[in-house]
Amino acid sequence: MEKQLLHITVNGEYYEIYIKPKRLLVEVLRDELGLTGTKRGCNTAACGACTIILNDMVVKSCSILAMQADDTEIITVEGLADGEKLSPLQRAFLDHGSYQCGFCTSGMLASATVLLKENPKPTKEEIKEGIHGNICRCTGYNSIIRAISAVAEGKYKEEK
Amino acid sequence: MIRDFVYLRPHTVKEVLDLLEQHKDGYKIICGGQSLLILMRQGLVAPNYLIDIKRIDELNYINFDPKEGLRMGATTTHRAIEKSSLIGEQYPILVDMEENLASIQTRNWGTIGGNLAHADPAGDPGAVLIAMNATARMANKKRERTMPLEEFFLDYFETALEEGELLLEVQVPVAPPKTATAYEKFTIIKNDQAIASVAASVTLANDNVSCKDARIVLGAAAPTPKRAKEAEQLLVGQKLNGGLLDRVAEKASEKAEPVTDIHATEAYRRQLVKALTKKVAKKAWEQAKTLA
Repeated sequence: MEKQLLHITVNGEYYEIYIKPKRLLVEVLRDELGLTGTKRGCNTAACGACTIILNDMVVKSCSILAMQADDTEIITVEGLADGEKLSPLQRAFLDHGSYQCGFCTSGMLASATVLLKENPKPTKEEIKEGIHGNICRCTGYNSIIRAISAVAEGKYKEEK
Repeated sequence: MIRDFVYLRPHTVKEVLDLLEQHKDGYKIICGGQSLLILMRQGLVAPNYLIDIKRIDELNYINFDPKEGLRMGATTTHRAIEKSSLIGEQYPILVDMEENLASIQTRNWGTIGGNLAHADPAGDPGAVLIAMNATARMANKKRERTMPLEEFFLDYFETALEEGELLLEVQVPVAPPKTATAYEKFTIIKNDQAIASVAASVTLANDNVSCKDARIVLGAAAPTPKRAKEAEQLLVGQKLNGGLLDRVAEKASEKAEPVTDIHATEAYRRQLVKALTKKVAKKAWEQAKTLA
């Protein structure tokens, strides 16, 4: 099958890659671009581990053909930090122990990042809604919700 | 493993219809693909040509006219419906339905047209929109046509769309005065696919106490979203009371054709249909009472 040219901007970097049209976005991110921070979990849009930010909205990269992301701008977990400087949410996740195995973390961070962008002062219920599409099997969610709350409350404004 | 296919991305409805005509021997249309890609990964769907309509912006709209009602283009995302203040004002049940449909991620990418054309009887929009008396508009290269959404679903994952035909939009009429629609689904985890669901629309007469018209639609309880017309008839002309709702729920449950699967047995689904019918019929009735 003939490969097709995909134009895609990931974490500010522009790529042109020839891919088979059946390749999923998560496969291209991980296998072609080497951005393995995005995880491939259930493969059925159920678990949210593959969540990325596409044109400012969260989507599940296991359930989108890479060709459908042609000419879009994507941010993965690798793009959240500014060089060595972690984003406020990343620092809050560290401080609150918001992960154990870490498999859901990149997706959780993507969902939390967009949530706070759209709604900077979410209630606890709104935080729960915001990460509804992301399953965590370790933490019981409480530490994740605490971390997001802490950022929303402005506790991570100052540089550490 | 997804089998290889030729990927085509037309830019206009006309181009889509040309391609459908040209590739009648084995195309599949993809929009958000939130359901389709799962089937393709399982090898259950393996098209030769995949025609991507996700970016057909001429089908991405939400329009409302006080006389004509609501029109939602096929490529409108679930999230756009959920966030539409216009729909929130005029058809709040649709916002409520969307907020409980899958995850934000899926709603961001999945579309109303894709959901309906996928024709999973457990999908939420089918049952709700049929309760609201919605119409589907579709076209092929030669003609356009409309049909009641109720007739659009033929069987599990089967619709009335013919080869070469594209679903263009779904239309929801202006509801008659004193009409309310309610919907509820039973799930183990919030926002999951329904194990069983029921949508009900109730129109009250001018006296504000008797039922003038009713539509009850069962989801995930038959090969397609299914109207329980005999149950509806029990409501018409009656005044609300507990015994009436019990009879209506019993009738709806009798008319369900549920299956046994890993989520629930047939008998359990019938019980769910009964419980949900009673609940949503009452809810719609009480809401209708508060309307001018």
